[in-house]
Formats: sequence, C-alpha cells, structure tokens
Amino acid sequence: MLTIDRLTLQLPYYAHGHAHGHASWWKRRWATSLDELSLQFSAGEVHAVVGASGAGKSLLAYTIMGLLPTPARLNGQLCYQGKPLDKPRQRQLRGRELALIPQSLNALDPLVRTQRQVAWAAQRSGQSSKNAWHAAQLALEHYQLDAQAQQAYAHELSGGMARRVLTAMAHVSQAQLVIADEPSVGLDPHQRQRVLMALRELADQGKTVILITHDLRHALPIANRVTIMRHGQQVETAAASAFQGNGDALAHAYSQALWLALPDNNFSIRETREAQHESQKEANVA
Amino acid sequence: MLEARQLSFQFSPGVSLLQAVSLTLNTGQWVGLSGNSGAGKSTLGKLLAGYLTPQVGKVCINGEALPASGLQPVQWLPQSPELAVNPRWRVGKILCEAWAPSSTQCQAFGIQPSWLSRFPHALSGGELQRVSVLRALAPGVRFLVADEISTMLDPITQLELWQALKQEAEKRQLGVLVISHDTALLERLCPQRYHLSNGQLKPW
Repeated sequence: MLTIDRLTLQLPYYAHGHAHGHASWWKRRWATSLDELSLQFSAGEVHAVVGASGAGKSLLAYTIMGLLPTPARLNGQLCYQGKPLDKPRQRQLRGRELALIPQSLNALDPLVRTQRQVAWAAQRSGQSSKNAWHAAQLALEHYQLDAQAQQAYAHELSGGMARRVLTAMAHVSQAQLVIADEPSVGLDPHQRQRVLMALRELADQGKTVILITHDLRHALPIANRVTIMRHGQQVETAAASAFQGNGDALAHAYSQALWLALPDNNFSIRETREAQHESQKEANVA
Repeated sequence: MLEARQLSFQFSPGVSLLQAVSLTLNTGQWVGLSGNSGAGKSTLGKLLAGYLTPQVGKVCINGEALPASGLQPVQWLPQSPELAVNPRWRVGKILCEAWAPSSTQCQAFGIQPSWLSRFPHALSGGELQRVSVLRALAPGVRFLVADEISTMLDPITQLELWQALKQEAEKRQLGVLVISHDTALLERLCPQRYHLSNGQLKPW
C-alpha cells in the first residue's frame, strides 16, 4: 500500500560561532532527522511506530502527508499504491486518501462547531454538502458524541472527546491511509481504550493505520507490527507478538531494552554489549 | 512528616471534590496515588504543595502549617515541564532558579552541560523533565509531589528518570507522593498505594 524506500530527511539549523577577532556569525547546518528509512505499510494492519521523543516519528508522518517546512531536504522514494507519492499527488490525496489525526488538539478550529468541522472533512473527500452533513452526524454518533457535543465548540470538549472528533474526521474522509500521531496522550485509561479501539476498527475495515506513539505497552494490543525508531533510524520492525517474555524474539538490543524497561516487565535497564560499546565510543569521542 | 488532616475541597459550591481526606507522608516514604481523570488527584497534590488552600482541614509539616513565603519544603512536579519553565530563559538559568545543583547531581540526572546554553524549546520533553525535577530538589525541600511526571516519556527515559530520583530521594530521605494512572508503575515504585474515588482515599 505505502512503501518507503531509503528515505532521508534533513532540516536546517543555525549554529552560532565566533571567529578570532571577528564579530560572531551564524551558519546554516543540516541535521539529519530521518536516516535511510525503509518501511512497508500494508492494508488492514495497524503499524505502530514507537520511539523516544526526538526519534523522528512525527516527522515521518509529516513526510508522508507532505507537510514538511519548505527548506527541508528529502531524499529517497515514497510509493503509494504502486505510484510515486510526490508533492502534487500528496496535495491531491491529502484529506481524501491520506488522513492525519494530529497530535495537537489545537488542530480543531476554535470558531466552528464540531459537526460542521467534521462535515468539512467529508466534503473534502468529494461528498455533496448535504450528504457530508449527514455523514458527519453518523460519524460523530459512531464515536459516542451526543447532540450536545456535536454542536459544541472545541474548547467545550474534553481532551478525549476532541480526540474522538479528530478520529471522526479521519473516518468520514474515507481515507485509505490513516496516520494517528500520539492519539492517546493525556487521556485516562478508559478514553484511551476507546480511541485505540477506533483505530483498530479502521484497520479491520481494510484501511492502513500508522500509529505513532511513545507508549509501547498500549500500542501492542491493537498493533500487527511495530517499528522501533531511534535517532531517525529504523532499529527494527517486528510482529507485535515478538514483544513478550524476555523479548528474546526481538533482534535488536534497543527494542529489548525498551520492552524490559516497562514497569510490568523487569523495570530495569539491561546493560547490553551494544550499549557498552556505544558508551565506550562516546567516551573516546570526548 | 507531611500530614493532610481531614481536607475538604470544592471548586464550585455544592460540588464537593475531596471529602475529609487524610494522608500522612513520612520522610523517605514513597506513596502512590491513582484514580480516574477528574477524581481530584492533582488537586490533592496541589493542596499538599500549598498551591491551593483547602476549605476545611489543614496541611501540616511536622505539626506546623506550610510556610507562607520563602522556600516551600513541599514541591509539586508538573506533568508538562514545557508549561513550567520560562520560554525566554536559557536552561542554565531555569535550572539554577532556586539553587545551584553540583555537576555530579547534573550527571546523575543525565543533564548535559551543552543543554545549559539552550532555550527550553531546543530540549525534548524527557530532557526538560529531568531539568524540571532537579530544579525542584533545593536543599530545604523535604517532600515531592510527582504529578504524572513520566506519562509522556518512553519506557527507557521513564526508567532513567525514576532511578535518578529514587537515588537522590534515598540519599536525602525525601518523602515522595507519586500520582499516576499507571498501576504497574505505582506497584514498582511505592510500597504503599491509595486509590482516590468519590472524594475518598482507599488503600490498595
């Protein structure tokens, strides 16, 4: 469905320096945010992308959606349903075939009532305005948002309700590829369960769901496969079932460490050969 | 010893959030607090740290009321460090706001010297959370209220933060109240745990 081949993303930053006897200067440098990433997402699966903050998870979502800032340097290939996914195609498919459930609840328009906002998303996918209005109502009801919530403004919704509105927008757009960026942050266990089950449901309808999260434990029950990312690199892609016991089914030491650090497992940092090797390397550099 | 004596609190009249809640936290003791959203966990934490005043009841430290000014011996650690720091201050200034941590303490919390000249937005959430925790550990501090401080961290970063805090708390005999949704985490950290529901505390 979506294939990513050797994707490298670089973003500019400005480093400050002093030259002897001269005024200070700023120089543009490039930080590599995604490094030679190769991934495959298939229809009907929830594919979790897990990593620490700063691993480049959200940037991966923006890259797929084509929402990167202008100066970004992109190398590699994105392929959607067999055809290259370039900028014009991203613009055309965004909101129709590709939907993003953004991390920030500020994505909701503060001046528009819930139902109209969801109807807009339906209209974008090509439905007539009358049908869109109806579809919005059905979608909101599907996510247990009552008439009062449908006529509410964004600030009147709780965090969990706002999340479900954003999910409803992805739902009505009938997108085949849904990217959910940290959908369960700030929700209590009950609400989190609801939002995650909504994503599982989308995948069961044959859509592709990319679940971006730092929360490995709650991603596992709904995910088919898990990709672990670190420093913009892909550490490992494993079946969700590989995360069990001592993590012996996992190929990479970092994924094992991530698994074992969970409070319901060992809650310990396993000193791995690789970690020791890395700290040795850092010491040498210093 | 930090004591909450028969605290009652409500935000709007008639809607009581906490009803005669009592809690004791000894120095060096770790107590866990769980509860659903809106149960009043954070409110109880803020009452203990003196951010809010109870309508009925009293918060005491060794039998005396919390000091009205100066260093608060009970420090509240918030969930989102981004909202608890001045975005226009550099990290070095933020860290030394109340006291100057030694370089060994910075090292124990994994704070790199290179962060100190940066602004808060140039640090990740986990990095900034470590700065925010170390900032609160001034010498006069006896108790901490850790309000969901590791929710947005990945498992390894979460573990590193708790290990650093555990070590420091043991050394200085700090009493810590850990507020979290994560029952597995509470079981790991706190021998004594309470669940807050309907304004009442129940041990579990």
